[in-house]
Amino acid sequence: MFYTEQSCWFVRKVVYWRAAASIAWAVLLLPAIAAMFVVLSRFSLLHPVQWISECLSLLTSASAILSFILLCGVVVVVGFFNLEYYTVTPSIACSKIALLAQLLHPRQFVHSLVHCVMGVIVAWCCAITIGPRYQTLASACSLADGGPQLCLNEYHLVLVLLGAFVGYSHSLCGVMHNMNYVPFHAVQQYKYLRFKGTLPVVVKCSAIQSLYFTRNYLVVYFFLGYIPRSWICNTLGLQLNSSLHPLDSIAGLLDLSMLYHLWISGTFVLLTWYLTALLFRVFLTEVYNFPVQSPFAEQADRSLSKVLSGQQPMILKFLALQDLALLSQHSPSRRAQVFSLSQPGGHPHNWNSISSECLSLLADLTQRLVAHHDTVATNGRAKLQSADSDKKSVSSESSGHSMTQEFRSPGPSGIMQTPVSVFLRSSVAGHPQGSPLTAPFTPDLDSPFSSPGLRRLAPQLEPTSPWGHTLQSPHLVRRGPKLWSASTDSQTSGSLSPSSPASAAGPGPATAEPSLLARFLHNRKEQLPEASSQAVFADSQSHIWALEGLSHLVAASFSEDQFGVVQTTLPSILGSMLVLQEAVDRHFKLPHASSKPLRSTCSVGDCTFKTLRFALRATLKTAIYRITTTFGEHLNAVKMSAEHRKRLQHFLEFKE
Amino acid sequence: MCSLALFPAPLPRGHITLCETNNELVSAESCQKQEYGPLSLYFPRESLKPHSRTENSSKAAFLHHSETLWIRTATAWREAGLTGLLEEIVNSSAEAPRWLSVSSGCVLALLRRVSSFHGSLFPHLKLSSENMIAEFSQVLNWSDCAVRAFAWHPHTEKFAVALLDDSIKIYNPKSATAPTLKHRLQRSVACVQWKPLCASALAVACQSCLLVWHVDPCSLSTRPSSGCAQVLSHPGHSPVTSIAWSPSGSLLVSASPVDTSMMVWDVAAESCVPLQRVGGGGVTFLSWSPDGSHVLASTPTPLFRVWETRTWTCERWPCLKGRCQSGCWSPDGSRMLFTVQGETVIYSLTFSDTTGTLKGSKAAAIVADLSETTFATPAGDITVGGEVQLLAWDPRGERLAVLLKGDSEAAARPAVVAVFKTRTDPMFELLPCGFIQGEPGAEPRLMQFHPSFPHGAMLTVCWSNGRITHVPFYFLSAGVPHPYIRTDDPPWCSSSGSLLFQPGDIMDSREPYPESPSPIPVSQGGVCMCSVR
Repeated sequence: MFYTEQSCWFVRKVVYWRAAASIAWAVLLLPAIAAMFVVLSRFSLLHPVQWISECLSLLTSASAILSFILLCGVVVVVGFFNLEYYTVTPSIACSKIALLAQLLHPRQFVHSLVHCVMGVIVAWCCAITIGPRYQTLASACSLADGGPQLCLNEYHLVLVLLGAFVGYSHSLCGVMHNMNYVPFHAVQQYKYLRFKGTLPVVVKCSAIQSLYFTRNYLVVYFFLGYIPRSWICNTLGLQLNSSLHPLDSIAGLLDLSMLYHLWISGTFVLLTWYLTALLFRVFLTEVYNFPVQSPFAEQADRSLSKVLSGQQPMILKFLALQDLALLSQHSPSRRAQVFSLSQPGGHPHNWNSISSECLSLLADLTQRLVAHHDTVATNGRAKLQSADSDKKSVSSESSGHSMTQEFRSPGPSGIMQTPVSVFLRSSVAGHPQGSPLTAPFTPDLDSPFSSPGLRRLAPQLEPTSPWGHTLQSPHLVRRGPKLWSASTDSQTSGSLSPSSPASAAGPGPATAEPSLLARFLHNRKEQLPEASSQAVFADSQSHIWALEGLSHLVAASFSEDQFGVVQTTLPSILGSMLVLQEAVDRHFKLPHASSKPLRSTCSVGDCTFKTLRFALRATLKTAIYRITTTFGEHLNAVKMSAEHRKRLQHFLEFKE
Repeated sequence: MCSLALFPAPLPRGHITLCETNNELVSAESCQKQEYGPLSLYFPRESLKPHSRTENSSKAAFLHHSETLWIRTATAWREAGLTGLLEEIVNSSAEAPRWLSVSSGCVLALLRRVSSFHGSLFPHLKLSSENMIAEFSQVLNWSDCAVRAFAWHPHTEKFAVALLDDSIKIYNPKSATAPTLKHRLQRSVACVQWKPLCASALAVACQSCLLVWHVDPCSLSTRPSSGCAQVLSHPGHSPVTSIAWSPSGSLLVSASPVDTSMMVWDVAAESCVPLQRVGGGGVTFLSWSPDGSHVLASTPTPLFRVWETRTWTCERWPCLKGRCQSGCWSPDGSRMLFTVQGETVIYSLTFSDTTGTLKGSKAAAIVADLSETTFATPAGDITVGGEVQLLAWDPRGERLAVLLKGDSEAAARPAVVAVFKTRTDPMFELLPCGFIQGEPGAEPRLMQFHPSFPHGAMLTVCWSNGRITHVPFYFLSAGVPHPYIRTDDPPWCSSSGSLLFQPGDIMDSREPYPESPSPIPVSQGGVCMCSVR
């Protein structure tokens, strides 16, 4: 809703420029792809000379330039949609009904519609370039009674409709496979090399995907093709050419050259779009160097510590954490800045803000895991709180923390979120520099469930969902002391206390029997068990970086920290890591949590979010080991609870 | 420059090198009755049976069954791809239509021409995958070796041994169980390595894929199920001959001689990023520098690359004579030693800026000459020297072990481990230390330094007769302390742990470490791996 100043500067000065650069490169690549398309679409083995000369003359003709300008426009629009719809935390639908809601969301509808139109435009350009057979919608033909007349050129119609179909399917697949998710890679390569490395995969994927889309399209056209055909004939007063087979017959579809042209046009459409998306990802995820300490006062809010703790778009937060993880590994000079003391006063402000921010991230995740475990443990299966999106939206408006409306995940994230969001919100309210990563867990006001029809259902669902009870019930309060007694940090324990008054948004008045529709919805929600586990870890990339950054900084402090600034926070760092380790261990004992997702064979959308929980578990262990191997027996001098000391001893003996 | 002529003469036949102390290698005459320490293992060849089963051998057990051409071609397509399909059609030209058999014959001939041309550019592609592993493995004479790979855990006292029968055994002096790892895909193990900063993960380079075992150190199971292994594979990336974990434990790189790209794996997420560079025809050997800043990647052609791991750019280093056979890094990652096939010298490369972009020196300098030298011993002349199979540098950077290939035919030119002392201050220098000798008739095949030996360095050598011995080098480290080596409390000297190194009586006659305030309990005498009574 309202951004602070710094988020504006970042989006204005970095994100927009990166998006513009990626679109510019996509436009620059377009002539090459278009030329390839022309050459391949006019391919004829028997007349090579004629083939080449035709291609050359076509590429220099006026119609080619016109369609090229159109294609540029399409690429720009697609690039704009990439920028508008991208997300760094995937929206994972925990149930079929949530997925359906995502598909029917108005934002998604706009996306599909625009892609349909774009597909039609690209397919029309293809029809112009491929050749005379497809060029015009109407062609002269002679009817049985002899007089020349204008007939419908069905080939043109088929090709143009293919564009619309491909555009719509692309948009749908984007939702199903989270294609708007922008993954960050563990390997930092230069942009050109990253692009070059992924290019073959993208070409292969677009060819295969186009094959599937064309097949589906032909099936649809075979059954429903007569509707658009007769409509166009009626509207434009065209005749059907009875001398040709209609294309929605078996004989008409068994035209190899037409199939080839359809497939290669679909490939062309998908390739241009995939390349635009690929370039956007490559440019957006490039490392951005934040100064640890800004020398100028007016740029102080752009320094790493301020950026980490501020309220901001997710992308800024992610890039800042990535930068933190990299600086902690690779640059001693920037690490020295982190460990330095402020000039008048001698306070380790940089370290304090960075470490407290990372710790609050870890505490967030721990709370989320505990709450998730509670819901699952009481019920055997995770319940979703789509029902209470209503009450959450009310309370979050009142708390005034629904930030980053435009820049966070566009999907209806409210419906798939984990139950913990109430905790998160309250913890944000609890301490002002609380995690802005709670942003995706604030409810989506325009979520489909806030539509009036479903809103009526919402309170009725409540009594059936145990979620309302478990959350505010003594469950967590009871577990709280057990899990948190060990925390030596006042901050982590402080974040617990506001969690119990979450009953402010208490369960609604218990109504009578749930309606039939509500029960149906409820049943539909109980599916995709693994997805709930994925959803808990959806933004875990940030936690992974926080763990890497913290552990590398602590390990480096063994030899580099001159003033001992890290020592003061070492107990709380170890404490929160061990608590998180316990929570993660418990989570992986749940059914379905440790089952591996199927490895996707070929898709442009990145599936790394499905394995984030495994990556987090491995990183967490490595982080603790990094600290224990560096400090060794010195850790015995660190103050901590007996339970944690026992766990730490396991790590010291390499028995975890 | 150091040469082998400066070395003390090899021990007479029958003597065994025990350890180094007071700047000398201590040896003892081997008797009939020997007692080795608990971690000295012996795997006689007879107890290990390699798998004789090949994929095609089971065909002979079944009756011939005639199928139609189309079913056979479909099977051939599934089993052997396009070439198999074409061959099947050409072989059964009686059944197939004439135009089909003729055209497929033409295509097959064309494919063979192309592949033979490709093979003439990169001759190693013609090898079978077993031979390829044997050719490019760091183990001397890999195909005949009882112990095919060996890896110390980087932080604890356990190690993994890959054996000829494709099983892997894990030994830990603190636990009575020695788990045996077997997996359907675990064939022809070329390399094993433990994940740093982790207690359980062991990466295994196999013939067809990469396996990452998760062996729970607290588990009492002796046969962990194959569900404990993650399978990482990528089409076209087999056989895997070399793997390397990043020292921070986050990434794993793997190399295959048939794949021009090197894979960087995020193991937990099971995703990989191929890093491809044209030229070289494959990647054979990988070595990650201990500070994590560089990776050495050698190719089957006279070319190797040094990758810088921050942005993953590389420097090309063409060699003159042959491919880079082996290489190792100094503990701070600023210097790399490597050897080239066909040459008898050790080269050194320095990297000045380890933090920023890659800044190597302009040319490699020769630091040691290993040309053949003949020593006159009472038993006759022994020739030592020649090409190098493997280099190993201890984690403190003070001892360099070099495995010299020798000549398996000639008895007077055995394979030998030569150990150098290394000095970096005031200038980099290699000084002679001595030869490591094993039992009579046993040749060294593989060696590795213990990653965190507290009293100096310890070299583990795997011998051709299936024995694994450990040779400690006692010295005081001059350099900076290694971050992961804690000298204050050696675990095996503590009262709780079992004694890894049996106190022997051979040291009693000596002055106990005159210049070293050693943490070794002096009252017990020396500490030695193998005590001879």
